[in-house]
Amino acid sequence: MIRLSAITRVFRMGDQEVRALNGVTLDIASGEYVSIMGPSGSGKSTLLNVIGLLDRPDSGHYELDGSDVTGLSETERARVRREKIGFVFQSFHLVPRLTAAQNIELPLILEGVAPAERSAQVDAALDAFDLRDRAHHRPSELSGGQRQRVAIARATILRPTALLADEPTGNLDHRIGAEVMALLEALHHAGTTLIVVTHDRELGARAHRHIAMRDGEIVGDET
Amino acid sequence: MNLRDTLVLSLSTVASYRTRSLLIVLAMALGVAAVVVLTALGDGARRYVVGQFSSLGTNLVIVLPGRAETAGGFPGASLGETPRDLTLEDARLVGQLPQVRRYAPLNVGVAELTSAGRLREVTVLGSTADLLPIRHMKLSQGSFLARGSEKSAQIVLGSVLAREFFPDGRAVGQRVRLGDSRFLVSGVLAPQGESMGFNSDEIVIIPIDYAQELFNTESLFRLLVEARSRTAIEPAKAAITHLLKLRHDGEEDVTVITQDAVLDTFDRILTALTLGVAGIAAISLAVAGILVMNVMLVAVAQRTSEIGLLKAIGAPASDIRRLFFAEALWLSLAGGALGFALGHAGAFVIRLAYPVLPAYPPAWASVAGVATALLTGVVASLLPAARAARLDPVLALSGK
Repeated sequence: MIRLSAITRVFRMGDQEVRALNGVTLDIASGEYVSIMGPSGSGKSTLLNVIGLLDRPDSGHYELDGSDVTGLSETERARVRREKIGFVFQSFHLVPRLTAAQNIELPLILEGVAPAERSAQVDAALDAFDLRDRAHHRPSELSGGQRQRVAIARATILRPTALLADEPTGNLDHRIGAEVMALLEALHHAGTTLIVVTHDRELGARAHRHIAMRDGEIVGDET
Repeated sequence: MNLRDTLVLSLSTVASYRTRSLLIVLAMALGVAAVVVLTALGDGARRYVVGQFSSLGTNLVIVLPGRAETAGGFPGASLGETPRDLTLEDARLVGQLPQVRRYAPLNVGVAELTSAGRLREVTVLGSTADLLPIRHMKLSQGSFLARGSEKSAQIVLGSVLAREFFPDGRAVGQRVRLGDSRFLVSGVLAPQGESMGFNSDEIVIIPIDYAQELFNTESLFRLLVEARSRTAIEPAKAAITHLLKLRHDGEEDVTVITQDAVLDTFDRILTALTLGVAGIAAISLAVAGILVMNVMLVAVAQRTSEIGLLKAIGAPASDIRRLFFAEALWLSLAGGALGFALGHAGAFVIRLAYPVLPAYPPAWASVAGVATALLTGVVASLLPAARAARLDPVLALSGK
């Protein structure tokens, strides 16, 4: 469960201050399917980064699964990210040198899982995301849809409580994008909290809860 | 992330940037190879010189008539003061000192050797039977000067002379003429080649009395003394100096040198030289270290978004730092190993090309070369690794 209260995040652009988040207060219950929408610069990506503990708010409080994560050290935040958060990016962010299987394996390596157990879990993920015959291909040899499936497999391999997707279909054509969304929604049905940032209205509408942002503030929150 | 995974992952990274990695490894390897080869040369030269000295004899104390005086007095102060001769009697008494194992008086001169119509000028050594063991000489035929028979007209020929005068190889028992006297060939020296600029293959050795008569002198050219052991060298030197001072009316008019002193000096000089070239070669390792740092910094810049991703999926800063650290470790390890192999191969080639030079790389140089490579590589990676670990994940993900 995610509980943000009065979160402010200020960026300095030269001598100007930009309030990317201006006192955002937001509760998201476990297992919700939320879309965050808004124009460019409205702060929706920054909100996602704060939720994912990639970014640190300048003020306000953040409670994740009942514990205050506002003041955690960098190392502790890394651990929380590893265990509770899964990221899916618009540009996939696969490591180009590693095969699909190796990319999926990365979080397990970081977590220190034993090799035998790792390969079993990776095999299961490859099957679950229909990547079995692509396991030993590098990202450059995969289609966009396959790349995003690898990214999603990687994001979910450690069974995070929340899956954060930033424009997950932004680099995909319509049909493939729909497939990827179906995949993410299937994960939501399995109990994962799903938060999708997009400015695609059609995509945003699929979520059960719609949050609208403008100028660093939440201007709409409807179910 | 555990150590094994860190090493495996960084190794696969190193392997995937093939050209870049090869170049760094090559730079490192050349540095290490330079250290190994240059120290092999330096140490080879040292061993060569030490070997040359040792071939002259072990535990050797050499007595020269006259005093090497370099201090005090104004020019002319010593005029009219002739040093006393170093005589055979002096030598005999030195030989009775308890610290002395054996001794060989020595006179050197040039005379004409004639036999069967052949004639040539040769270097003549006058000495006694003990010259053979003291100078580590070996015979190929016959026997050396007979012990206690200084008065009999024997001659030992150097191997080249024996071949020149007696091409049929039967020199022993033949008669030759040296100066105005006739000698019986008792033996032939084994070929020894040149040692300290002195070719013992082209000398003849005759008993000391004949030599003194031939060159019309009472004074010895040198007195070679072999001390009983290495530790007896200094006491022997002191005892000889004391004895000869007594015999020469309290005048210290001989110079006693020990080979060890000369040898130690050469040893020190050449060891310093070896260290010097090793140091110069090590500079190339430092340059390789800077290259590693540069390439690692470029790698951090190139892989910014990858570092951001690793952070996003939960890699703490320490993991990132260790990954880059391990990459540098692999590169310098490979460079060190390749350099070690290259260096030893180079030293081998030098030994093939110059068989007289024992160009074996000293163990310390190999170890120090590889260790320096590892150290510079790892030190050079500290800054890039820290920079990578410090990256802000949000900015890094966007490639900034």
